[in-house]
Amino acid sequence: MMVEVKENKSINFKELISKIGLPTLIIGTFWIILLITGGFLGISTMTLLSDTIKRAGMNGILVLAMVPSIQSGTGPNFALPIGIICGLFAVVLSIEFGFTGASWLFVSIALSIVFAVILGYLYGKLLNAVKGSEMTIATYTGFSISAFMCLAWLMIPFTSPKMGWFMGKGLRETVQLDGIGAAQILSDFWKFTIGGEGGLIIPTGMIIMFLLCCAVVWLYFRSKSGIAISAGGINPRFAQASGININRNRIKANILSTVLGAIGIIVYSQGYGYAQLYNAPLMMAFPAVAAILIGGATATRAKVSHVIIGTIIFQGLLTTALPVANQLFAGTDLSEILRMVIQNGIILYALTQVKGGGK
Amino acid sequence: MNNVSSGERLKIKRDSSWIADNIVTLIFIAFTVFGFIVSDGVTMNYFLTELSSRFFRNAFLVLSLIIPVVAGLGLNFGIVVGAMAGQIAIAIMRYFSIGGYSGMALTFLIAFPIAAMFGYFTGVLYNKTRGQEMIASLIVGYFANGLYQFLFLFAVGVIIKVPATHPMIKPDGVGIRMTVDLVKVEEGGLKYALDSIMEIPFMWAVLIVAVAILLLQVIRYTKNKNKPSFNGNQRMMTLINSVLSLVLVAISIFAITTDSSLMKVRQVPVLIGVFIISLCVFNELILKTKLGQDFRSVGQSQHIAEVSGINVDKTRIIATMISTVLAAWGQIMYLQNMGTLNTYGAHTQIGMFSVASLLVGGASTQKANIRHAILGTLLFNSMFIMSPEIGLSLFGNALLGEYFRTFMVYGVIGLALGLHVWRSNKKGKATLN
Repeated sequence: MMVEVKENKSINFKELISKIGLPTLIIGTFWIILLITGGFLGISTMTLLSDTIKRAGMNGILVLAMVPSIQSGTGPNFALPIGIICGLFAVVLSIEFGFTGASWLFVSIALSIVFAVILGYLYGKLLNAVKGSEMTIATYTGFSISAFMCLAWLMIPFTSPKMGWFMGKGLRETVQLDGIGAAQILSDFWKFTIGGEGGLIIPTGMIIMFLLCCAVVWLYFRSKSGIAISAGGINPRFAQASGININRNRIKANILSTVLGAIGIIVYSQGYGYAQLYNAPLMMAFPAVAAILIGGATATRAKVSHVIIGTIIFQGLLTTALPVANQLFAGTDLSEILRMVIQNGIILYALTQVKGGGK
Repeated sequence: MNNVSSGERLKIKRDSSWIADNIVTLIFIAFTVFGFIVSDGVTMNYFLTELSSRFFRNAFLVLSLIIPVVAGLGLNFGIVVGAMAGQIAIAIMRYFSIGGYSGMALTFLIAFPIAAMFGYFTGVLYNKTRGQEMIASLIVGYFANGLYQFLFLFAVGVIIKVPATHPMIKPDGVGIRMTVDLVKVEEGGLKYALDSIMEIPFMWAVLIVAVAILLLQVIRYTKNKNKPSFNGNQRMMTLINSVLSLVLVAISIFAITTDSSLMKVRQVPVLIGVFIISLCVFNELILKTKLGQDFRSVGQSQHIAEVSGINVDKTRIIATMISTVLAAWGQIMYLQNMGTLNTYGAHTQIGMFSVASLLVGGASTQKANIRHAILGTLLFNSMFIMSPEIGLSLFGNALLGEYFRTFMVYGVIGLALGLHVWRSNKKGKATLN
């Protein structure tokens, strides 16, 4: 009797682990340990959590952009810089046209969706031509377009004094958004603090935006069109046999992913207060990929819940590691090293789980 | 059976258009020529000096990429890991102030086991990420960079106690400085330890190489003259190569006898040249051994190789290890030529640049040889020298050229890989139909 109960328990425990996923569990535990350590070192836990929420809100939509592309079978969207570029271009254009405040936000998002749909379509076409090596090609497509836009930022004759260098041509490396009254415009919307001074700060507007996008994606993948995309991702041959146009679905999914990337960077920029141009988008795909993998996604399956869990854990870990590591080992850049190891380690781990190629 | 398949392969080769095969190479040649036309600031002397020193720095690293391609691992961006091994060896040497010519030899020796170990681990990883080796090799470079920084920024000082007064340690006693001077070889360091052993004028080197190529072509012609496989296309190539080397011989003899301005091009390090040539020979010879044949069969079809009794996993690991060790040595040669160790930056771009060089030479993920590596290194570095000049003379902005350069690196890799996959997918579809 007793033995049976014990066995049951251990099975449940194993099931629990496999349900949450080992990486999620390990990294989540690590974050909590760091939080507790931080508490003992006298770092305000509330501040750490506030920063975590802020950064999770900033990065969330970029991570969400991974869901459609993973579900459609093209793997994590390593070409996220394409979407980011669309978003940044829209941001820069709407500043150039003289929009400020809330109107800037709406115009940017509207413009960015237009650009992202066009580029996402072309990108989807490209991915269909290079089936089997999507991840590698996607990475270099993202790199290429970021490098190409470095030329564009320097050469397009923008005239707005809020973005140019004081002398010479071209845009600044970072464009300040408070000059047009748009810094933290979403974050400060309905912002409130739990527990008075020094308490937990909730940037309501940004969170609503993130959850709204999550809801849209969640609903979409329950619609007929979304289910068809997922089916094509799970088993392309079977889906094809049941009359689903796989190539069209892959394009659709990558358009959605690119659009989310574009909106994501606008939300990110307003939260940060600056729009970062030039080389900033180059490496932005990797933390987003890592976040969704930490949340429990694989390179072939992803859910919206993975996005929310992964973003909070990964961003929480990063925000917590910095002050804690600085307290423990002053003068070293341990948190940046930690980011590199965890971020790329989790991507490598996910790659080892991909069943592809074969002998 | 064999004859049929080779005949078919030849046919396919003829069907695919030559321009599509060499598009990347052609773009680069056009770009370099265009650079010469528009920028008047670049003299032939400056160009050749830059090109030859860049060539001798990078060729070894580019050549280290060939074996993984043959073994079917694709382009090994993971040579970054090998470069780190080389840098660790150099840092150890510098820390204990061992230098000179024997110190250099010791550096190579120390780098060997470190790189072999790193290569083993990357090889195991590639076996676990079968089919996605290229993206895995890119990410493993980033991952290893994190560990490398942990070692040099944190472990040195916090875990391994070092004196803060040492010239390569940061003043607070934790971590290695951003740039470490390698100290001239006469003063017991490693700077120019290989370059300074023997140097000859540039034109003499050109003369020697051209004569060697000419001899090779003659030997090849007399050997293959009566073989049916030596068809018109190959005959043509031999002829073109011979004419080209004859022209080079003529130019160099003319320059040497008249002592023209070409003689002022910076001298060439002979030993590095010898190393590069030996690596070329090594790459050719290893393919003739049992191991090399295994590389080839694994590269062609892992399944068939497995069935015919080859240990596929082990073969792939060996290929990765060789590549990693060679990259470590290549990085040591690179650094002794630079003279300073840029501790946290020297290795980061190596993988990207070397792969781009190889692709520019006309290689693909499944086909790479020495010609691709050498031609690619020359063309890629020509682009590197010319882009800021073009940016400056066309737009009055050298920064633009720098950005353009980065764009070309990424663009070339993306374009070459994309075209290759696209065409092999198309071919696959055609055979299915």
